[in-house]
Amino acid sequence: MYVAVKGGEKAIENAHAWLAEERRGSPDVAELSIAQIREQLSLAVNRVMAEGSLFDPDLAALAIKQARGDLIEAIFLIRAYRTTLPRFGYTNPVETAEMACDRRISATFKDAPGGQVLGPTFDYTHRLLDFKLAADGEVPAAPEGAARREPTPHITEFLKGEDIIQDEPASEDTPGDLTRQPLEFPSSRPLRLQSLTRGDEGFVLGMAYSTQRGYARNHAFVGELRIGKVAVEMVIPELGFAIDLGEIELTECETVNQFQGSKTEPPQFTRGYGLVFGQSERKAISMALVDRALRWEELGEDYLGAAAQDEEFVLSHADNIQATGFLEHIKLPHYVDFQSELELVRKLRREAEERITPKEAAE
Amino acid sequence: MNEYNFAYLDEQTKRMIRRAILKGLAIPGYQVPFASREMPMPYGWGTGGVQVSAATLTPDDTFKVIDQGADDTTNAVSIRKFFEKTAGVETTEETYRATVIQTRHRIPEAKLRDDQILVYQVPIPEPLRFLEPRETETRKMHSLEEYGLIHVKLYEDISQHGAIATSYAYPVKVSDRYVMDPSPIPKFDNPKLEMDAIQLFGAGREQRIYAVPPHTKVVSLDFEDYPFEASKANHACDLCGAEDSYLDEVIMDDAGNRMFVCSDTDYCRSRRAAGHVGRLAEENAA
Repeated sequence: MYVAVKGGEKAIENAHAWLAEERRGSPDVAELSIAQIREQLSLAVNRVMAEGSLFDPDLAALAIKQARGDLIEAIFLIRAYRTTLPRFGYTNPVETAEMACDRRISATFKDAPGGQVLGPTFDYTHRLLDFKLAADGEVPAAPEGAARREPTPHITEFLKGEDIIQDEPASEDTPGDLTRQPLEFPSSRPLRLQSLTRGDEGFVLGMAYSTQRGYARNHAFVGELRIGKVAVEMVIPELGFAIDLGEIELTECETVNQFQGSKTEPPQFTRGYGLVFGQSERKAISMALVDRALRWEELGEDYLGAAAQDEEFVLSHADNIQATGFLEHIKLPHYVDFQSELELVRKLRREAEERITPKEAAE
Repeated sequence: MNEYNFAYLDEQTKRMIRRAILKGLAIPGYQVPFASREMPMPYGWGTGGVQVSAATLTPDDTFKVIDQGADDTTNAVSIRKFFEKTAGVETTEETYRATVIQTRHRIPEAKLRDDQILVYQVPIPEPLRFLEPRETETRKMHSLEEYGLIHVKLYEDISQHGAIATSYAYPVKVSDRYVMDPSPIPKFDNPKLEMDAIQLFGAGREQRIYAVPPHTKVVSLDFEDYPFEASKANHACDLCGAEDSYLDEVIMDDAGNRMFVCSDTDYCRSRRAAGHVGRLAEENAA
């Protein structure tokens, strides 16, 4: 006989207990520490910080542990936590020209002041499974050189002298804040960049890739990619001057794009920009390509109907926390709506049958 | 739990949401953009409703949460627990005792009073969305009161199916001005949208709040020769015998036998407590 669907509360509790057990895995295997995740899964930590919009490697590592390695779930934990944090104010813009670079490469110049610095990159590794790592992950210390003391200038600065690259004049305007104002369209470049930097890596990568394959192609060179640490400063009103809050690791990418000129702009190189927390270069390059594609209007280019040019499309769908929430909500009960659909389909079928049957009888 | 502010959100955020709610009440049916926050439950799982409830609740309120009309569905349980934990408000399953009711997909059967607030969870606030995917376009259509497209859609339904083939999230016109999505309630509930209580709609992911003030005219879109019809399963509740309530159809055995029960669990329970008996109530009591 019918048993009313009661006991949701108990079911939820039990599900959570089982989940906790599954998260831990076999108790015969040593438990992961936050420090291990932070140090040895640092690129996952970086992704969680970037898309979670919160720079805190320990919290990101905790989120990864709690989420059983599901990075989108970890990003969600960080975002939800971030909401509860009081906002004391805004820092000064970070000076990426002052970055202490671990990595700095340019695809447009063979050499430039500051040099090409490969840094800790997967590039040029052969993607062969290293079975030795399964037994023993200890490595000898990497050779060290002398650190560069002076700042490393941006590559695009050298092109600027020649006036063949689009100027990006500095602005004193305070940009909008995506997390404090509802996103409305048309948006602005600062808001687009905020959305892209916290956008899903896979989504932004796919959008960027589509431009390379010809959907609003904007042939991009990596003018510069740099990864390193920058100081974060904030003006404290009581003090009247800026103090150092600490440093964060960033990846910055500036693309140099071919541009034939348009009705409003002379032929020159144009730029796309990517800036992401941590060592996240795939994301930073993707971001720069999509940023460039979204700038068609400002540069007087044609709208080619490509997805990557469509601000409303890109920004509305880049956020994986919004996307995964809405996607997964279809797991929730919908039986009221389904019931009304059942009634409707039954009614329409009944009416259709009635329309058909008398006709046959008359024949 | 005191690590978080009352009802989770900080006071500034609540003020921002209240401003949006007041604007919504001042312009019935208009979708007010608001800076929706990330909540500790997923987007699409009631974050809009939760934020509206958080901004509405006071420590003296009594809170009720329903999903599909029922208090014991998993997500309703989860949201109720969230506010028990973060606001410490009293909760209830009894409709008449609640001062704030958060709902997903239903309006309670019992008539709501003017001292109650009904908060809806809204997945897609834009009634024109599936006719026009662009927000920039639909906002323009609302501002110009350009609703021809939605009438054409309803007309096409009639020409194809002989009836308007929308059974839930049935569009309404509020106060003779804005076309509004009443959230995915079955169209059976549409006539109840004209009520004594305040109705607030929160769409977290889509960053919109809208409202229907008490005693506001709400008309389900239709045509003179194809008038709106609030439909339900042609049965009485098998537990309480109610003939006026919206019913869930439950499959009971491998032979596909069905029973029909009130979707509003509190309505059904209180009727049974008052001695009403449905077709299968006896067997169930066993």
